[in-house]
Amino acid sequence: MAITRREFVRGGVAAFTVSFAAPAFLSDLARAQGRSRRNLVVLYLSGGNDALSTVIPYNDPQYYARRPTIAIPASSVLQIGSDKAGHALGLHPRLTGLRTIYNAGRLALIQRTGYQNSSRSHFEGTDIWATGDPRSPQGNGWLGRYLDTLPSPVDPLTAWSTAGTIPRTLQANRVGVPSIPSVQGYAFASPNTGTEAQFARQSATRISSHLPVDQPHLAFVNASSQAAFATLDRVAQVGTYTASVTYPNNGFSLALRTIAGAMVKGVGTKVFWVQTGGYDTHAAQNPNQANGSYTNLMATLNDGLFAFYNDLLNQGLLGDTLVLQFSEFGRRITENGSQGTDHGAASVMMAMGGSVRGGIFGTAPNLRVSSDNPTLENNGSDVRYETDFRSVYSMVIDSWLGGDSASVLGGNFRTGAPAIL
Amino acid sequence: MQQRRRDPERDRARHGEHVIEHLLRRAGFGAGEEEIEDYMELGLRGSVRRLLDYETVPDDVDGLIGKPGYVAVTASGRGEFLPRTVINDARQRWLFRMIHSRRPLQEKMTLFWHNHFATAYTKVAGAFGGEEGTRYMASKPAEDPNQIKGQIELLRQFALGNFRDLLVAIAKDTAMLVWLDGRTNTKGRPQENFARELMELFTMGVDTFAEADVYAGARVFTGWNLTRPSNAYYTFSYAAAQHDTAAKEFTFPIYSNGSKVIPARTADAGMQDGTDLINAVAAHPLTGPRLARKLYQFFINEVSQPDGALIADLANIYYRNNFEMKPVVEHLLLSPQFADSSNRYARYSWPAEFVARSIKEIGWRGFSVNDALGPMSNMGQQLFEPPDVAGWDLGPSWFSSGAMLTRMNFASLLATNQKFNLRDIARGARQSPDALVSLMLDRLTAAPFARDPYQALLDYARSGGGWTGSDAQLLLKAAGLAHLIVGSGDYQLV
Repeated sequence: MAITRREFVRGGVAAFTVSFAAPAFLSDLARAQGRSRRNLVVLYLSGGNDALSTVIPYNDPQYYARRPTIAIPASSVLQIGSDKAGHALGLHPRLTGLRTIYNAGRLALIQRTGYQNSSRSHFEGTDIWATGDPRSPQGNGWLGRYLDTLPSPVDPLTAWSTAGTIPRTLQANRVGVPSIPSVQGYAFASPNTGTEAQFARQSATRISSHLPVDQPHLAFVNASSQAAFATLDRVAQVGTYTASVTYPNNGFSLALRTIAGAMVKGVGTKVFWVQTGGYDTHAAQNPNQANGSYTNLMATLNDGLFAFYNDLLNQGLLGDTLVLQFSEFGRRITENGSQGTDHGAASVMMAMGGSVRGGIFGTAPNLRVSSDNPTLENNGSDVRYETDFRSVYSMVIDSWLGGDSASVLGGNFRTGAPAIL
Repeated sequence: MQQRRRDPERDRARHGEHVIEHLLRRAGFGAGEEEIEDYMELGLRGSVRRLLDYETVPDDVDGLIGKPGYVAVTASGRGEFLPRTVINDARQRWLFRMIHSRRPLQEKMTLFWHNHFATAYTKVAGAFGGEEGTRYMASKPAEDPNQIKGQIELLRQFALGNFRDLLVAIAKDTAMLVWLDGRTNTKGRPQENFARELMELFTMGVDTFAEADVYAGARVFTGWNLTRPSNAYYTFSYAAAQHDTAAKEFTFPIYSNGSKVIPARTADAGMQDGTDLINAVAAHPLTGPRLARKLYQFFINEVSQPDGALIADLANIYYRNNFEMKPVVEHLLLSPQFADSSNRYARYSWPAEFVARSIKEIGWRGFSVNDALGPMSNMGQQLFEPPDVAGWDLGPSWFSSGAMLTRMNFASLLATNQKFNLRDIARGARQSPDALVSLMLDRLTAAPFARDPYQALLDYARSGGGWTGSDAQLLLKAAGLAHLIVGSGDYQLV
């Protein structure tokens, strides 16, 4: 798989070299392409989120029988009503902000999202969710392929990863997506000052403009420098953003704050990537304890998203924003011997934003082990998917980004898409 | 189109030097001027032997920490440098070793295995606290009151050792038992994490086994837990009462007679289950080729299709030598493919390689490796903290605009710190801007610059008024050029 990834880069860089926009055009481009202020924030919970601790089927007796130490008591969940099959559901007790958003009708919960023959591998599962192709999870990501459909040349700030790396989801042929984890660190230093520093920047910019087609790996590295030089000055504006709310002081929340700043400053980005980790909860999940590891995960998620939601609301940008959350798989239903859960199958997706039709989509699994229970798989060990994750992608591509999901996803997945928008 | 503008006479005189530099970038972390001279005398084969037979070279590098003449470290705690118990200091000690060890291949293989077994300090420290967490990652037995051998010391011990033996040791390693939760794997409550990754990540590879193998594998390792003999530390112990004694059936052969079933055993004898499974996955027909591909991409080339014949040879050597790694790496380093000039600069450097090499080539007098740790993290590689069980995303994934800016800015930081040293070196080329550019390119062993980037360097050297070659001018330009070269795309390839 790694080899194929490099092969993709080889092909990708060659195309990249001919269509990369020259910095002089960039501000015009950003304006032209920024006609719609709509943007998408993809939120990845890395490690495989235990959906049964996020959206809890608190009336299912098997939930307690199969999770004797980690089940969340019915009395603690934040009730959100029932799904269309009549399963009563509650959010994790720490998700108070998300419940407020849910009650405002701006949070959609899509239960049992996944795909046939779910991979239990982090590596492969992540690639499948990134490419939208369970059979051959190689090559560019689904949003990278969308970016490749935009009219050329594409502004290099069209997408923005707040992680230190470029996730496969955003890997594209014709667009070099910048990774900007910290606006403050995103500046060009020099050993000298004044005109010497200016000469150095000119020289470094020139060196990075060398994109030899016969050395795609060198071209690739230089293109990443070039993307930096092309975006430095606009990104610097984001550093002056004053948020309307106080964000918690952790990497996830600060990334969301940066995204809000980029939106408010109008730098032209359409697709943001943000992630938060620690969801590989094999042990000591302790979702009930105030400082248990799963409770901490929920706290980080809730407090960051709620601050972001309120900030965007205050800035009048909520209606233009769609947050789409996913994780590479859900977890086993039965807890293991370590008060944790091992790798499972279907999980939950969430969508949040001012244009989202809030509510509960899909149905909760029935956790009873039985050969005639269609909501489970793997001999009743894992939750079986009900909604194909690609149908959610298709909804986002068609109805939010204005693209053509059939061509981006390589097939029509519109049937059965939850009406989240 | 690739040309490096310099004296052809000198190039001829240096013929052979490029191969040695290449060897030291790949099988080590680059080399300073004096090291190059030493290895030049040995020639390519002699140098490979020296690198492979590192037991013949004293392991004295840790004794040099804090001595004048070497890169500095900065105590993270209250004045005392504590690499055994403070993770930040352990990171510095490892970086120091990469820069100054006289056993560079051992350090390089240790880094390779660290990525392969990808254990992160945070989880271990989360379980047992920062001090114990650091000990399980990085302590040396001789310095620890309980003789704890941290995981990195284990990897160092087995750097070119027997892979099967390494797997057995890793399965009992305290940090690993925390990282993949083996410590809680007990009868009736099997924990799948280690068994899955043993097959998927450590040996055979993804999609080579069934879910049933994960369940069976988890039961195999039930009872491979931790114990706390005193209040000071945890260590491996086989808890017979926690072992699942029933037979375990796999979808692939476990024994040489083709049997796929690990037989039922008494609890006392049950530890043999794990050994049997490790023997089977080490000998699995997909493990040798997978290790060979990883090594090929690490040492020879990761930007074009691997050489199938060489991969097959390496895999065969692995099996023929009962999983000993040294003959595999020896064959690889002495292969014609290794020396082939088309494989030079055909790898994206890891942040640890980039940082260690730039320090070795620019200079380190008055620089502390502590100042490299933050930048390394922003480049995507914090030592003892791989992002997940699969290790770091290698190759082009190291490069994004943010990570590349961090590399450029680290080059600036180091060049600024070494300004005066660089000026002293530059005095030998004060006659012209061209001479200075040649001198800097020569010292910094970057891939040959093409015409346009070379011209950009030269224009920088000439910028800002007339050339005088004064000390004041050299002070600006030598640091400026070091920054531009080390921050260039060409320098990121090794």
